[in-house]
Amino acid sequence: MAILSVSNLKKSFGSNLVTNDICVDFQEGELVSIIGANGAGKTTFFNLLTGMIKPNGGTVMYKGADITGKPPYETLKHGLSRSFQVVSLFEEMNVLENISIGVQSALGLRANLFKNFKKNDEIRVRSEEILSQIGLFDKKDFPVGAISHGDRKILDIGMALSNRPETLLLDEPMSGLAKGERSRITDLIEKLRKTTTLIIVEHDMDVVFKISEKILVLHQGAVLAFGDPEAVKRNKKVQAVYLKS
Amino acid sequence: MQIKSITRDPYLYIFLIFALYPFYPFLGKFISLGSELLLFFIFTLSFNLCLGYTALPSFGHGALYGMGTFGAALTFLHLTPGMGIECALIIGGIAGMLGAAAVGWVIRNKKGIYFAMLTVAFSQVLFGLCWRWDEVTGGESGLTGIARSSFLGMDISGSIPYYYLCFGFFAACAIIIRVIAHSSFGMTLQSIRQNPIRATYLGYNTGFYKFLVFTLSGFFAGLAGALYCFLAGAAFADIFDWTKSGDVVIATLLGGGTASFYGPIVGSLIFLICKELISAFWEHWLLAYGLFFVLIILICPRGLMGLCDRKEQ
Repeated sequence: MAILSVSNLKKSFGSNLVTNDICVDFQEGELVSIIGANGAGKTTFFNLLTGMIKPNGGTVMYKGADITGKPPYETLKHGLSRSFQVVSLFEEMNVLENISIGVQSALGLRANLFKNFKKNDEIRVRSEEILSQIGLFDKKDFPVGAISHGDRKILDIGMALSNRPETLLLDEPMSGLAKGERSRITDLIEKLRKTTTLIIVEHDMDVVFKISEKILVLHQGAVLAFGDPEAVKRNKKVQAVYLKS
Repeated sequence: MQIKSITRDPYLYIFLIFALYPFYPFLGKFISLGSELLLFFIFTLSFNLCLGYTALPSFGHGALYGMGTFGAALTFLHLTPGMGIECALIIGGIAGMLGAAAVGWVIRNKKGIYFAMLTVAFSQVLFGLCWRWDEVTGGESGLTGIARSSFLGMDISGSIPYYYLCFGFFAACAIIIRVIAHSSFGMTLQSIRQNPIRATYLGYNTGFYKFLVFTLSGFFAGLAGALYCFLAGAAFADIFDWTKSGDVVIATLLGGGTASFYGPIVGSLIFLICKELISAFWEHWLLAYGLFFVLIILICPRGLMGLCDRKEQ
């Protein structure tokens, strides 16, 4: 059974149809990349899956439960988390605190009025584990404004890991990164794929074809192709509209 | 280590300064001003949980203070006349909390200017209601003749005992509010202030936590209002007016509530001293105060405590 199943998903903004009847199943443990030109509806698709915006039609099922239109804090409870194309951090906090906010939520301490946040060892230990996993432990006390763009991207992914999700959606994790920093993200993805189902929106075709088990190609809000990398590469329609070069 | 952290605690000095207030050569004569300051501190600290910690522009917060004032006044006059003020204070706090809960639930998902305007509208509705409902609120004449007698068996009819009662409540509220601000819940509020979308993706139902903090803040504002009713010995409708809410906004911003936990205390101190002392000598004091406010906000948008740039939270 698919871990994440999308049926006839539709979304329009006014007369502009941005997601057009998408049907796709994601299997547990897979690494699926989503590609498509700018405006193809990739980020909107992520927003629909995670409940940031509500669809006009269709369903999103996660492990058999209907999560269509449920807000992000609900979809997270089911095990679905995401990172952002434009890094989304708590800019007035340091690296450790950024992770700790997610860990605190995972531990169910969100509304605890009397437990001091900074003196909570359980939050600190689990946050430090995540920082070690993503390679930012040495920078845990740095303000997030003082770390490099690559580190910020990694921290953004680390925050998405703080609730120990089963499925992680990564929205252009390599955008704006230099080659060296891209390899850090690729290494992290390779590490994460052992334990997590990954769905990645990415423009770097070398990386996409190297790491993906399946590729979903979106074009004008609809599925143009879905299959293993070789099949997608050979697909005439994909070649015509996306892989022209 | 423990002693060192205590001696570095700003509260130690704030509490010391106000514990000795009645003995100061000049200010000591203005005991009521001291009590009013302490109540305004509670009010601004509670307001800052909304504005400084959660970025909730509750610009009608005076209504919650007013609900505490009238809740306590009505309880004291009709339910516990001639008795201690304990019950009236509790009812005052609960009135503020319930008012905040009712409004907060409706507007919890509103943002920015919409949230601000709805809270102002709420305060003006209460102002109109209070002004017109003569039978209950006394209308234009308000409720008078609220003579405090005792608290837990202690005589508080004198101005100095009542000052120390206010001081006790201030100290307790200030410590509790700081514990909340530094707690996991306080951190939840800060995450919502800094990046509500990310907070939602990390599992926080932001609307619910906004409702919670607004309700909690309403309790402290209501309690401060309840204590004020026994300080003034009366409750008037103008306490609901938007200008009362404006006072707390200006004091909090001037002091630097978004920069420091202690900002509201600094802002309240300056605001009330200007209002009560300078206004006695110069009727146009608001002109000078307004210019001072503009100057501070231009130089340091985060208020006076922002100059120190030491973020206590």
